[in-house]
Amino acid sequence: MSIPMPNLDTSPHVSDEVRKTTCYMCACRCGINVHMKDGKVAYIEGNRDHPVNKGVLCAKGSAGIMQHNAPSRLRAPMRRVGPRGSGQFEEISWDEALEQAVGWLKPIRETAPEKLAFFTGRDQSQSFTGLWAQQFGTPNFAAHGGFCSVNMATAGIYTMGGAFWEFGAPDWERTKLFMIFGVAEDHDSNPIKMGLGRLKERGAKVIGVNPIRTGYNAVADEWVGITPGMDGLFILSLVHELMRAGKIDLEYLARFTNAPVLLDSDPKSDDYGMFLRDDDGKMLVIDRRTGKPAPFDQKGVQPDLNGHIRMAGVTHVTVMNQMAERYLDAKYSPDVVGPQCGISAERIRRIAAEIARVAFDEAIELDHSWTDFRGDTHDKMVGRPVSFHAMRGISAHSNGFQTCRSLHMLQIILGSVETPGGFRFKPPYPKPSTAHPKPHFTATPGKPLDGPHLGYPQGPEDLALHEDGSPIRIDKAFTWEHPLSAHGLMHMVISNAHAGDPYKVDTLFLYMANMAWNSSMNTRSVMEMLTDTDENGDYVIPNIIYSDAYSSEMVAYADLILPDTTYLERHDCISLLDRPISEPEAAADAIRWPVVEPDRDVRGFQSVLIDLAARLGLPGFVNDDGSAKFEDYADYIVNHQRKPGIGPLAGWRMGENGLSDGRGEPNEAQIDSYIANGGFGVFHIPDDAQFYKPWNNAYQDWAVNLGLYDAPAPYLFDIYVEPLRKFQRAAEGHGDRQPPEHLRERLKHTMDPLPLWYAPLSDEREDLEEFPVHALTQRPMAMYHSWGTQNAWLRQIHGHNPLYLPTHWWEKLGLSDGDWVRVTSSHGEITVPAAHMAALNENTVWTWNAIGKRKGAWALEDGAPEATKGFLLNHLIHELLPPKGDGLRWANSDPITGQAAWFDLRVKMEKAEAPAESQPGFAPIKSPVGTGPDQLRWKVGK
Amino acid sequence: MTQLPDSTQRKLGLVIDLDTCVGCHACVVSCKGWNTENYGAPLSDQDPYGADPSGTFLNRVHSYEVQPLATSAMPHPAAQLIHFPKSCLHCEDAPCVTVCPTGASYKRVEDGIVLVNESDCIGCGLCAWACPYGARELDQAEGVMKKCTLCVDRIYNENLPEEDREPACVRTCPAGARHFGDFSDPDSAVSQLVAERGGMDLMPEQGTKPVNKYLPPRPKDGWQGETDVLAPYLEPVAEEPQGFLGWLDKTLEKL
Repeated sequence: MSIPMPNLDTSPHVSDEVRKTTCYMCACRCGINVHMKDGKVAYIEGNRDHPVNKGVLCAKGSAGIMQHNAPSRLRAPMRRVGPRGSGQFEEISWDEALEQAVGWLKPIRETAPEKLAFFTGRDQSQSFTGLWAQQFGTPNFAAHGGFCSVNMATAGIYTMGGAFWEFGAPDWERTKLFMIFGVAEDHDSNPIKMGLGRLKERGAKVIGVNPIRTGYNAVADEWVGITPGMDGLFILSLVHELMRAGKIDLEYLARFTNAPVLLDSDPKSDDYGMFLRDDDGKMLVIDRRTGKPAPFDQKGVQPDLNGHIRMAGVTHVTVMNQMAERYLDAKYSPDVVGPQCGISAERIRRIAAEIARVAFDEAIELDHSWTDFRGDTHDKMVGRPVSFHAMRGISAHSNGFQTCRSLHMLQIILGSVETPGGFRFKPPYPKPSTAHPKPHFTATPGKPLDGPHLGYPQGPEDLALHEDGSPIRIDKAFTWEHPLSAHGLMHMVISNAHAGDPYKVDTLFLYMANMAWNSSMNTRSVMEMLTDTDENGDYVIPNIIYSDAYSSEMVAYADLILPDTTYLERHDCISLLDRPISEPEAAADAIRWPVVEPDRDVRGFQSVLIDLAARLGLPGFVNDDGSAKFEDYADYIVNHQRKPGIGPLAGWRMGENGLSDGRGEPNEAQIDSYIANGGFGVFHIPDDAQFYKPWNNAYQDWAVNLGLYDAPAPYLFDIYVEPLRKFQRAAEGHGDRQPPEHLRERLKHTMDPLPLWYAPLSDEREDLEEFPVHALTQRPMAMYHSWGTQNAWLRQIHGHNPLYLPTHWWEKLGLSDGDWVRVTSSHGEITVPAAHMAALNENTVWTWNAIGKRKGAWALEDGAPEATKGFLLNHLIHELLPPKGDGLRWANSDPITGQAAWFDLRVKMEKAEAPAESQPGFAPIKSPVGTGPDQLRWKVGK
Repeated sequence: MTQLPDSTQRKLGLVIDLDTCVGCHACVVSCKGWNTENYGAPLSDQDPYGADPSGTFLNRVHSYEVQPLATSAMPHPAAQLIHFPKSCLHCEDAPCVTVCPTGASYKRVEDGIVLVNESDCIGCGLCAWACPYGARELDQAEGVMKKCTLCVDRIYNENLPEEDREPACVRTCPAGARHFGDFSDPDSAVSQLVAERGGMDLMPEQGTKPVNKYLPPRPKDGWQGETDVLAPYLEPVAEEPQGFLGWLDKTLEKL
């Protein structure tokens, strides 16, 4: 019997046009196809041709349409009319807004440029915003790296010229064993999911090391539920076992790392711990052919990993010798380390053995010959198919820098960096610390700063200190407190400016950083600092300018609001000068362009900065006659040259013989060419240059040709970081530039040139018996920081955030479903909903990050679960360590880089009477945009 | 009562790999986006910015904690978390179709897709009650039943490039955990996957004969058995630094 089937059009009209641009729903920067109907955004999907996401797209990216149309979008420039924090504003014109900003900024520039603190949050245009701050002349600029993952980035740069994510990636197609440590699920999110999928398809093994078994750790073949803050010790125990068993790549260590470099090993010598160098400053090794010292880069040299020499009465031994002394010590044996890490000794040994088996029994050989920087040709590329990835979980601790260094050392001793099956750099990386700028901080009224703000100090001489030793920067970056703070310390700016330590500022200018809520430690106090007044009744921080596209909590605390566009309404450039989107096989960059025009009186923040620069007459932004050099950001992207022939975008430049990539003159059609190509440019690395990039002549030449460097710059991986030793030596009393007494011992201990583990700094100031539990946050895959909540679709997935307790504590506190807990740290107290989770380290609790919201923000109604049941752990975390009675303000940050030590938090818990709402509660802010509609039926096509 | 076809020419459906699904919700939102703009009425959201937001979704991901049983090899197995995406399974014996009083719910003869013809749907909700999987949702704004269409307006759509003629959830899945194909063809990629990996029916006891299949998670944490096999890899070359350096010299000689 036939059944009648309804008539169905299976080929309906899909869209009028597809516009290809770059996502901004998180930091991943995938390519997207924006389907347009009737001039409106109808549907967003991944761009199959894009190097980052190859067609796939995460939940956030697919929900972009709800972000672009969110009712929380700001509509026009605003001036505060009520008290700070009230949310009372009046809309003003752009001319009024910009004149107001100029009225504050111009006198500062002419008299004391450091009185402007300009910090940008999740900015993807730092090479531009940094240049603006540099031309303004303030030393006080950074983005959000200091409270994010600077430990990861800095440890990677100092150790091997790059870290994970933007710097490099596992060789997903060849790796056979993959270990993933403490990852934030919104960083490199699609590539990691795609990579895990490939590993599963190929049957490669995944080991997840994380106190919490969600997401990537849930699909890992093996889960290691480590105790927070102990990753470094676990890694060094693996190093101990591998070295003890001789399961290390000696050839690789000898040729490509500073393991064979000779060190002054005489504690009485003036140069104790420094490298032995020749008259040209070249590091020396013992050449095994002659038994004599030779420069490390001499053709044919065979560096001896166990070389030693006595010169002028001073004994010199290799870095390898020092590594043996340190890491073979029984204190790193699994029997000792296991109980501290919450991992059995048997298991640590088994993981070390498995790494050894895969690295050495399953080695890969590719039949590609290549020539190294010494001029020696190799007929094969040999790979150790073990790879690693890590992110905030290991870096957001006060021992994070050394932990990240330890992980890189583990990769390096296996010979699995830049070899097939291991970890591979993405251009412009590899790039060692010496190839990066040093920090610049010399401010002169009316003049630009002397160079780029952020960089990699090579010794105490590069610190940003006044003659009297006081910090030059408001965040105290590049001081003895945090010598290598390469991303600044945004989390300390408001606290320091309020305390007048080291000085007060006049104007705080922030972009896209929710500092009055989830982006600050100690949130309640930060709100008080922003609203605090002096004896005259004036605000302690006199002027605050803020730019954001949305009605975030921070908006209420600013005096002047410069409303930004959504990501579909703007020009942007994802530049090789900045944080690029390259892949191991190719350099890549990308743009955003207005696929729709704003329907509000808003402007892209970068174009606003260009306008302000012209009004302020900043050099580089005005012509000789004082007129504006750039019409807007798009004009800048095309026509700005960082140096002759090098601009923000590498593709479609004008070479001598037509279009060229990398180097070339500006091309007025450049943005159109990017649009026609799908919004990105890709510049492939030749086959013989795909691996061994730091030492491979073919890669070095390709990189120079593309403009990544000006001359080949091969280098050795720094297992031993000599600049760290220089700071340590200063602490021991050497040199003119001396640290303050109270920091000497800490510097001696933490600035160790070989990776080490030490307990999180707050541990010694806390009563660990009173606060026995570790408390962490994770980012859900479907949300990006605070942004997801305004998204009608995403907030239905993560609308509130219980505190997850392991079975041990759930039972101990006698909890059942629906119960609440009071959570107390040495700093604060919260009362929040609890939930049970068994797949969790037994002394760790956690919650989703930044789901909790303040009433009145993000165009939500006051009853929104984010505001009534959601909460922040931030209330429990102080930006300072508990005082120790010396009157000093000790930052709760890594002592080397200044990274905010979010994950050092220790708490105690008790069952609580359920309050009406999560505590602490805060008074609602008046919403400048009202609240959203009662119902959505979103369909733009007819 | 509505009749099911005796057989269908093809059996189109999904195979979802629970070993690979990281629970990211990409499929959920991609589906929401496509099906809001396309087939039938938009998927509406009630109270989208308020206290109790709730909307129509054709695909949702649930997460379940699982405690494996202790064995002699694994006396203290760690708990696991399984992500479980769920949408209409396009059953061969779909109770949602036979229960439909108006004929709005139907199963297509040519490919086996179960659809709701919205113009005939009276929103009585019987089908949602009959579905043992909870895969149907009544749209509160439109008053019609919504369900996974297997993107019937994508898979044959000549306005889309051929490579995009697959369901939105499959196209977007970052981990590659979702696969689309014809289960009536034993040589199709999805049939092969099901055969190789022991693909399973969801709640087979319900007798619905679902077309969609789930690939079970592979065993995890089974490392105890490998300890002895791997131990020789850690045979020490030396215990002390001096011995290690001696080994280094000997080994370097051989390089």
